[in-house]
Amino acid sequence: MLKVTIDNILIEVEEGTTILQAARMIGGKVVPPAMCYYTSLKGSGGKCRSCLVKVAKGSAKDPRPIPKLVASCSTPVQDGMVVENTISAEVQEARKGVVEFLLINHPLDCPVCDQAGECDLQDLSYGFGMEETNTREPRREYPVVDIGPLIKLHMNRCIHCYRCVLAAEQLTKKRAHGMLYRGDTIEISTFIRTAIDSDFSGNMIDVCPVGALTDRSFRFKSRVWFLNPMDAHRECSHCSGKVAAWMFGNEIYRITGRKDTFGELEEFICNECRFEKKDISDWVIEGPRKIKRQSVISGNHYEQMKKGSIIHPIEGTTEPQE
Amino acid sequence: MGRAILLDKVNIPGIRAFEVYREHGGYKPAGKALLGMTPAQVQQEVIKSGLRGRGGAGFPTGLKWSFLDRKSDKPRYLVCNADESEPGTFKDRYLMEKLPHLLIEGLILSSYALGVKTCYIYIRGEFKYLVGILETAIHEAKKNNYLGEKILGTDFSLEIYVHPGAGAYICGEETALLESLEGKRGNPRIKPPFPAYKGLYDCPTVVNNVETLATVTSIISMGGDAYSKLGIGKSTGTKLMSACGNINKPGVYEIEMGLPVEDFIYSEEYCGGIKNDRMLKAVIPGGSSVPILPADLILNTAKGQPRLLTYESLAEGEFISGSMLGSGGFIVFDENACIVRNTWNLTRFYRHESCGQCSPCREGTGWMEKILYRIEHGQGRMSDIDLLVRIAKNIEGNTICPLGDAAAWPVASAIRHFRKEFEEHIK
Amino acid sequence: MNTGNSVNHHLFVRENKAVSFSDETLEKVRSLIRRYPEGRQKSALLPVLHIAQEELGGFLSVDTMDYVASLLNLNPIEVYEVATFYSMFYLDKMGKYVLEVCHTGPCAICGGEDVLQHIRDYLHIETGETTPDGMFTLKEVECLGACGNGPVMQVNTEFYEHMTARQVEKVIEDLRQKQGEEGTSKGWAEQFS
Repeated sequence: MLKVTIDNILIEVEEGTTILQAARMIGGKVVPPAMCYYTSLKGSGGKCRSCLVKVAKGSAKDPRPIPKLVASCSTPVQDGMVVENTISAEVQEARKGVVEFLLINHPLDCPVCDQAGECDLQDLSYGFGMEETNTREPRREYPVVDIGPLIKLHMNRCIHCYRCVLAAEQLTKKRAHGMLYRGDTIEISTFIRTAIDSDFSGNMIDVCPVGALTDRSFRFKSRVWFLNPMDAHRECSHCSGKVAAWMFGNEIYRITGRKDTFGELEEFICNECRFEKKDISDWVIEGPRKIKRQSVISGNHYEQMKKGSIIHPIEGTTEPQE
Repeated sequence: MGRAILLDKVNIPGIRAFEVYREHGGYKPAGKALLGMTPAQVQQEVIKSGLRGRGGAGFPTGLKWSFLDRKSDKPRYLVCNADESEPGTFKDRYLMEKLPHLLIEGLILSSYALGVKTCYIYIRGEFKYLVGILETAIHEAKKNNYLGEKILGTDFSLEIYVHPGAGAYICGEETALLESLEGKRGNPRIKPPFPAYKGLYDCPTVVNNVETLATVTSIISMGGDAYSKLGIGKSTGTKLMSACGNINKPGVYEIEMGLPVEDFIYSEEYCGGIKNDRMLKAVIPGGSSVPILPADLILNTAKGQPRLLTYESLAEGEFISGSMLGSGGFIVFDENACIVRNTWNLTRFYRHESCGQCSPCREGTGWMEKILYRIEHGQGRMSDIDLLVRIAKNIEGNTICPLGDAAAWPVASAIRHFRKEFEEHIK
Repeated sequence: MNTGNSVNHHLFVRENKAVSFSDETLEKVRSLIRRYPEGRQKSALLPVLHIAQEELGGFLSVDTMDYVASLLNLNPIEVYEVATFYSMFYLDKMGKYVLEVCHTGPCAICGGEDVLQHIRDYLHIETGETTPDGMFTLKEVECLGACGNGPVMQVNTEFYEHMTARQVEKVIEDLRQKQGEEGTSKGWAEQFS
């Protein structure tokens, strides 16, 4: 086991653990934001630079600090390492800079974006964004395209995290889209006119941290905070069938995978569950999902919930909530 | 100070051919090493020589070699970085065109020292004609048993292949180069792991610049100790400088480290002074990414000492009043040159060459370019200058690879030393 | 040039035209693949794309790239990703001669931008355009690594150095004269021994 200190909190972790993973074990404020890293997608991380932290002491063996800030998602912990995140002004400044970079070409279309309310970039901007923009240059603009009948691609909103490319590579049989071109005109695209159709392509929507990839069947149907996310499951031959059903009254507006505290899917789900099963009779509804108190989605919905209360599965369900 | 170590044979007619190269002492060092030295001894000579990477970073070559994972049972690779793309730098092209066998011999020696059986020369695609020249040299060396199986009857075998890039400055960064060599987009890798452990095809790999590897031939020829006596302090040996811009004699020159910058610019042996008898305004001494220095600071340090062509002297004063030796791409500006226009030009270059993978570089280079374009075209605002400084600061050090720094430094240094010119453009 | 803010990389069309290398070239491709370890045939992608562009119409059509993908046992998107990354690969039909003028720092301070403007005026085309007779396409490129001999222009991977307004006119007229004749420089496939 290796000892690492993050913002003055000491924790023991196994060898090979990254700084970000160690911080997530501690939880709370010390966890750096991650826009491109995704635990279950191999090869993700390192790109967005929003998780930069300062290594004030390299290790017990070599206590020298690392001169540059490092991406916490892809830097393994060394024994005796001392990491500074929220307590380092340098880190906070750099992160502000990264957020600014991510925003200079991002459209101000949150009011019409389906991702609003569950957007990682919104959260990040709330935490680190500036009140005013410093850029007077026109924003970069791409046309909006349908990549197949299920998914809408708003390239203007993309932050180039590569998660959807990795998801397509690792979850589907034949990846049909990729990151094309170079520099500030790189683009998620299929290059040729083609539809992305694969049993698991819908997961690209869930791994997208912003509103670049959205569910065409949910387009403009509702703001997410008007819906009640419920844990639901069904027998499925393609996936575990464990989903989050976003409901309004007795109507299912959309199906997504279940996301954990860090916004990552607990399990990938199939397109049949996601797109074809919208009737309440298709599902066994377990009960409301636990949503972070800070989230706009939790606003006013669960007033009866006490902080830290546990939700028990409703009668008739066999699967307890994880 | 003119001292030809690398280029001593450059003017011999027909030196590109194996026979001529060998007649003039070529492949003697290879014979000496393979038949009379252990790999460790060859590496020891390189360590003793004090040779530092000639591609730009100046990292000690012997030390880099010592990092190579020798415990792994995977094959090891040596990759020669011939992706010379740094604006102002054209020394490797010259070296490969004139003396291909000097490089091949350096690769043989280095591969022997590192226990490498396969070596790739990654050359930028625009140097298509050099691919043929190098392939011919490899073919000749193979015919004469300096490459292939059981070289000179020893147990050492080596194959060298030339691999062309296709137009991407970023592939000069060693991990982007490895990605490109694997047939992928030239996106630099996230480090760690470093190539010494996980490089080409996840195998232990050393990547060195053309000039660095060619120099290994000279080091084995003359001995590491003798080589280390050339130059000053930690800047040992000779360096190829490629000089361009507003000078009378642009070209590639071999200098002994320690030559005063003033001599290099004004002596007939090298640059031959400023063109049309104009005044010197500024110099970018080590390829377009290193900080630009105004005339007074390139000729003398802030402390008033003559500035010398060494890693240390050019860096003296750090980024307040110094620069870097970098790759030796020496770009000279005369009094008529416009620093703002040049800064915009170079920023456009970095914007074009950013791979787009990480946010600060992808967005920052484009943003800086747009602002500089406006300033250059009469639509600047005074607040733009400080904004540029801030953007450069937010890019620097926060990117996956050094391209971010390379894009930030020219902007930051131009504003630092020529702020008035920016202000005049805006007024 | 300040590239615009509207990025419109259009989607390309797969025409399903049969494309293939000659037997001789195919043999060269196989020998290139053998330069890399088994299972690493993707490494041969850049050299094979160079050959494909040169021998199959002067640019990389979707069909050409799909053909290369099949030769190297790759998913076509892997080839599109790579072809769109590197500036030497053309995705659209080009003129017979592609005039690529360097306009980066060292060439620019020696008159590279003037040379560029002169070609625009002389051929009546803007950067990125092709003359109506299909002879010349003009491109601005970044550093070609020949800064000491600037301004530099590359014509179909051949270097022309120390360019001036008068020089480029002569180069262009010489190329016009050569129409129909094959160039003397060696092709990509011949570069590899």
